[in-house]
Amino acid sequence: MNEVAFRLPIIAGVLVTLLTLSALLIWLERRLLGFWQERYGPNRVGPFGLLQSVADMIKIFMKEDWVPPFADKAVFVIAPAVIIVTVLMSFAVVPFTPSIVVADLNIGLLFFLAMSSLSAYSVVLAGWASNNKYSLLGGLRASAQMLSYEVFMGLSLMGVVMLAGSFNLGDIVEAQRDLWFCIPQILGFIIFLIAGLAETKRIPFDIPEAEAELVAGFHTEYSGMKFGMFFVGEYLGIILISAMITVLFFGGWQGPWLPPAIWFSIKTFLFICLFILLRAALPRLRFDQLMAFGWKVMLPLALVNLTVTGALVLAGHPSK
Amino acid sequence: MLKLLKGIWLVFLRAFTRPVTIQYPDEKPYLPPRWRGRIILSRDPDGEERCVGCYLCSVACPVDCIALQATEDEHGRRYPAWFRINFSRCIFCGYCEEACPTYAIQLTTDFEMSEHDRRNLVYEKEDLLISGTGKYPGYNFYRVSGVRIGGKDKGEAEHEAAPVDVRSLMP
Amino acid sequence: MTGAFYLAALVAAVSTGLAITSLNAVHALLYLIVSFLAVAVVFFIFGAPFIAMLEIIIYAGAIMVLFVFVVMMLNLGRRAIEQEAGWLTPRMWIGPSILSATLLGELLYLFGSGILSQAGGITVQTPKQVSVVLLGPYLIGIELASMLLLPGLVGAYHLGRRLNSEDA
Repeated sequence: MNEVAFRLPIIAGVLVTLLTLSALLIWLERRLLGFWQERYGPNRVGPFGLLQSVADMIKIFMKEDWVPPFADKAVFVIAPAVIIVTVLMSFAVVPFTPSIVVADLNIGLLFFLAMSSLSAYSVVLAGWASNNKYSLLGGLRASAQMLSYEVFMGLSLMGVVMLAGSFNLGDIVEAQRDLWFCIPQILGFIIFLIAGLAETKRIPFDIPEAEAELVAGFHTEYSGMKFGMFFVGEYLGIILISAMITVLFFGGWQGPWLPPAIWFSIKTFLFICLFILLRAALPRLRFDQLMAFGWKVMLPLALVNLTVTGALVLAGHPSK
Repeated sequence: MLKLLKGIWLVFLRAFTRPVTIQYPDEKPYLPPRWRGRIILSRDPDGEERCVGCYLCSVACPVDCIALQATEDEHGRRYPAWFRINFSRCIFCGYCEEACPTYAIQLTTDFEMSEHDRRNLVYEKEDLLISGTGKYPGYNFYRVSGVRIGGKDKGEAEHEAAPVDVRSLMP
Repeated sequence: MTGAFYLAALVAAVSTGLAITSLNAVHALLYLIVSFLAVAVVFFIFGAPFIAMLEIIIYAGAIMVLFVFVVMMLNLGRRAIEQEAGWLTPRMWIGPSILSATLLGELLYLFGSGILSQAGGITVQTPKQVSVVLLGPYLIGIELASMLLLPGLVGAYHLGRRLNSEDA
């Protein structure tokens, strides 16, 4: 029981920080997109427009929370909760510093993969429950996309697991004390970055919610706070993938002089900015391009990475 | 692949250039004098209405937002009894100004005319009529045209020869 | 621990029952997913976290998404629900229930006889131990499974290939 009492402040702290950050991220993304498109972005509400998220939040809370009469009500309500729950659960295993980690599981990485595979349900169920053809198409695309990209997301991480010799994320960070895994696992890092983009349904992989073709894809029928949950879920997903890249490939909390939490935040922030930069720079892929890219380029690359890493690790330990 | 990275890098470099945005309500942009904004009805230098109620603007209007009713005063001078422009339909194309033979209808540089109630966007003649001459200061239609009104007969306009007397034999 | 186990087991049992009796295909699949998650929790409690995660990743996360995907594509409407309701007559479920009741009785008998409770305390199996066992004594099983999967892959590719008009 003492253990639980000790964990509670950490859980509460992580939750509050994450939800605040994901709200601020909305502002950050719009500002950065603005700068990269030679305009200002939101700068009216509060200093530098910082309170824009608060204004958005108030607006979204005031909106009517409408369930369409033709929708499958129960599933329609569950779907947005699934994405928030799965993403927040994934954060449980992320080691922010040596001491701040909610659940120090020995299968942390697998837990992350399991939760990201479950998050596909939110999109699929939202698309189906809306009973709307655009939503359904969005849901179909999302399920195909997330299923295929999960495959080599998992495969790209196995190289890291081999080098670290553990599924525990804390151990993986410790194993990077001398050399960050982004150097020996550069291929794995690139594959994981691309798969992470696809998992969070970000541009250039945002075809499940492609405005130009599908209105808003799976969340066409959503309004008010249910839509807000999808929105926050997407931003939480960006933070999650950035944090995972930091943990798995860029040494997590490690770094000279500064305290671990600061290092972790800096690295995660840089990757969040990279995600936003990619959105500013890249066009959306076509669906067949996405699938062909996934299965014909990324999967073989991930397998090659896995084989080479395995062979090298085995060569390094001839005695065992 | 390299092109992709180059594109991303170029977009990143944009972060260090000044935004081209003009912060509008704080900072007014320059509008050229021929800007097509809110429509007005002008008066001639003598202070009379220039509009002669010819309906040409109404005909020229592609969205049919101009409506008027012509009438005549005791001197035979035509003017609109009422003149109505529905700015919720107006597309500010400027065809009315081009069609107007008397320079009465003109487009101005004002565009800040939003309303909370859509009905307030229907402007009547009192709202449209200004006290000045607009873009054409010296012009007075009745002084240069050959039409006969009270106090001005045929041939009395500027640069107008006296009418030919068809019963006379002299050339 | 015991409380968590009974809770997870109850959820698994109830959701499996609902998965069978649910008329709406998607709802049935959702109950099945919940059942998988509950089973994963049971695995986790009994010291098999690796299997628990695989259960979620492979069964709940990948295979069931495909099932949902197919059901979504079929777009079953009210007609399908009525058809299902017609099928769920006593004549249909009485046979399977007798069979499962037999199995349940067998299980209860084994519990009562005390054979199953000899397993003793819970030992946590790490992924490493699982892999050592899989690639050691059970290597032949792994090889057989991969041999089975490879024809499946080739077959799927063969069926899904693009037919040119002159080939067809």
